[in-house]
Amino acid sequence: MKELSLNILDISKNSVKAGASLTQILLDETDSTLTLQIIDDGSGMKADMVATVTDPFTTTRTTRPVGMGIPLLKLAAEMTDGSFHIESKHISEYPDNHGTKVTAIFNKNHIDFTPLGDVPASITTLIQGSPDADFLFRHTLPNGEVSVDTRELRAELSDVPLDTFEVILWIEEYLREQYEALK
Amino acid sequence: MKSLAELQAIKEKMQNKVALRDGSGEMRVVVGMATCGIAAGARPVLSTFVEAIANEGLASKVTVSQTGCIGICQYEPVVEIMEAGKEKVTYVQMTPEKAKRVVEEHIKGGKVVAEFTLANKA
Repeated sequence: MKELSLNILDISKNSVKAGASLTQILLDETDSTLTLQIIDDGSGMKADMVATVTDPFTTTRTTRPVGMGIPLLKLAAEMTDGSFHIESKHISEYPDNHGTKVTAIFNKNHIDFTPLGDVPASITTLIQGSPDADFLFRHTLPNGEVSVDTRELRAELSDVPLDTFEVILWIEEYLREQYEALK
Repeated sequence: MKSLAELQAIKEKMQNKVALRDGSGEMRVVVGMATCGIAAGARPVLSTFVEAIANEGLASKVTVSQTGCIGICQYEPVVEIMEAGKEKVTYVQMTPEKAKRVVEEHIKGGKVVAEFTLANKA
């Protein structure tokens, strides 16, 4: 992946697939590190799935038995001498607090650090692709934060879907303006 | 700066439109957005379709959605166009520039851009 935000887009789709009603995408940035957390309330995974999920030959796709999403994110973090961690609670064992949490820590100053790229486009694309799920995106930077919460947008829009063209274009611009303000 | 209140205006506008939308010739644009598609550049292709369709005023007759892996990863980004009563068209190795032409010639003009199709590659 050429942009880290594309890994985020890719991985967050797993949360939607797991039936998450809310997926939180949290980026916490200092001058030297970037911490990514993706926390969902989806069905979760059992311990044996969690143990093998970073293996490319574990996948939920049905077209072929190879899945690269999580291995690629793990690699992107480890290439910077960072770390990757995934924990999950399966719905069968945790009926009330199931879900999955992915944490990846990157050293921003490492030569192999993949830049975040176009975050507004990636987050907007994520929302466009799953307009019935909710997302909380929050990027905390040393000089401020950028965020969007689809639950708040939905409250304003009532029955107008989030993937309405004008809404999608609005969300992208909303995020872009917040980043611009921090420049 | 944009404020959430602006969504109210969009909502009112859309709610008025819904009443007019019945019976329009539905067309669906589906972009492959699995790991393979994303890595090959599907995100800017999707964004281009959304923007161009909105700008051309085609929003009421076209929907843009995403799908998983179609199984032809070497041809990603893949875009399928479905229209009632017509055969599905599969565009392969798409770019934002190609997407603009597909909106202009196929979606707006009704003429398939044959040179970008899977049939042309096979």
